Amino acid sequence: MSNLHKIVLAIPALLILVGYTPASADNHPLAEFQASPGYAEFVVNNLWICISAALVFIMHLGFATLETGLTRQKNTVNIIFKNLFIISIGIVSYALTGFNTMYPGDFNGFLSIMGPIGFTDVVANLSSAYNPGYTYWGDFIFQAMFAATAATIVSGAVAERVKLSGFMLYAAILVAFAYPIAGSWKWGGGWLEGMGFYDFAGSSIVHAFGGFAALAAVIILGPRSGKYVDGGIRPILGHSMPLATIGVFLLWLGWFGFNGGSVLSAQPDLVSVVFVTTSLAAAVGCLAAMITSQLFLKKPDVTMALNGILAGLVGITASADIMTWVDAMIIGAIAGIIVVLSIVIIDRIKIDDPVGAISVHGVCGIWGTIAVGIFSSDYSFSTQLIGTLSYALFAFVVSLILALLAKVTFGFRVGEDEENEGLDLSEHGQPAYADFQNLNN
Amino acid sequence: MFKIEAYLRPSALEGVQKALGEIGIVGMSVTEIRGFGRQRGHREVYRGAEYRIDFVPKIKVEVVVKDDDKDGAINAIVEASKSGKVGDGKVFSSPIQDAVRIRTGETGESAL
Repeated sequence: MSNLHKIVLAIPALLILVGYTPASADNHPLAEFQASPGYAEFVVNNLWICISAALVFIMHLGFATLETGLTRQKNTVNIIFKNLFIISIGIVSYALTGFNTMYPGDFNGFLSIMGPIGFTDVVANLSSAYNPGYTYWGDFIFQAMFAATAATIVSGAVAERVKLSGFMLYAAILVAFAYPIAGSWKWGGGWLEGMGFYDFAGSSIVHAFGGFAALAAVIILGPRSGKYVDGGIRPILGHSMPLATIGVFLLWLGWFGFNGGSVLSAQPDLVSVVFVTTSLAAAVGCLAAMITSQLFLKKPDVTMALNGILAGLVGITASADIMTWVDAMIIGAIAGIIVVLSIVIIDRIKIDDPVGAISVHGVCGIWGTIAVGIFSSDYSFSTQLIGTLSYALFAFVVSLILALLAKVTFGFRVGEDEENEGLDLSEHGQPAYADFQNLNN
Repeated sequence: MFKIEAYLRPSALEGVQKALGEIGIVGMSVTEIRGFGRQRGHREVYRGAEYRIDFVPKIKVEVVVKDDDKDGAINAIVEASKSGKVGDGKVFSSPIQDAVRIRTGETGESAL
């Protein structure tokens, strides 16, 4: 008997061991549930969660093209490769450990590393007693799409000099363990939930987490070669503004699912309010960044306008369901101003972040979270501050440890020759634009 | 025979081609180049940090003309590409010893 046959024959045995039973045709409760008055609502709610999962999924293409556009063409293949790896390892690890670690049920509030998702029989769970918002699977895939985002944020900041193998180790552990543990503190019913902390769709849990993980990784990594020379800053220009723009529009589109899906049902008033606050914050963030760029940098910098949209989106993410449309615009405006100043300041202190991820996600993530405490009387400013700083600090420390782990194992940074040649050729042996290589990139 | 080499703004190409055509110059070569002159490039800002563009995109137009056409051709190029602003470019001319038309074997000015 070949090895393949042994494996194929072993699968049913394994499934029996983990308690899987195929759905049986007779005696299923679906018919009863279908006839009940709540069934139509359940179908709509679940459909909305699944559409939202698909919208969040497309954000990963947005991140990929944004990062590609804001970096040099010689590192394009490497950026695409990293983004493919992150979404893939993100979904797989979320199934193996992430989902149950993030939503462990009853736990100590800080840490509970759990095993794979259950082989839940979907049909058996369809009853009026089940959560009216969505099925187990709809919930899983929606949250899984979120999970990879934290590592994707880091990917942009470390672009153009991070070593592929080291980054893969770093990203896999970050997305499999660090993000779900941090997420459990609030969304899993942990200690921050207990304190009354509010973070609707993840200004802190996803964005500040990713941004401060990026900060630690960049500190370990150092700036790109040739970025800070003789005490001065030498900008390294992104190679495709159209790609960066496609990325930001895709991210805005995806955010309708990121925030809209976080309502966790298709409740008409909330979903539509969230669409409005989300878009207003993005639009005003863009305008504010345009004006700030013109006033302070004496130039209408398109990359700043793009970052302004993302800043507004990150800023409103903590509170898209509870803000008035006017407050959403104020939050977006402040985020759009902060992001431009933060990008310039971070560059001046020689922290090299090619895409502005630390400012967009880290700084504006904190702003969005404390804005809840400022604009809403239902939530305490100090609790919001404690919560967001906890996420920032935890992400920073974990990222620091993971970056050092990568450094001593595979290495976290490529050599100077590889960096100058470009990671596409030195790491992958594959140019991104085979017939269009130009001299200086 | 003279070779005229003109270093020009890319936007000047169409006008120069037309002007040379009008005085009966047939044939020209264009190369996309980058370079700087007395002004030594210019400064730009990207995401809040200044940088220099040392090598500015330019074109180089090359034509080889008969002795009698030299002054007219230089004039035509200068007139067609003059904006009066820094960066208009420069025109050089140098004598050419010989020329051969590959297809027929003609040499000298009749090869032009």
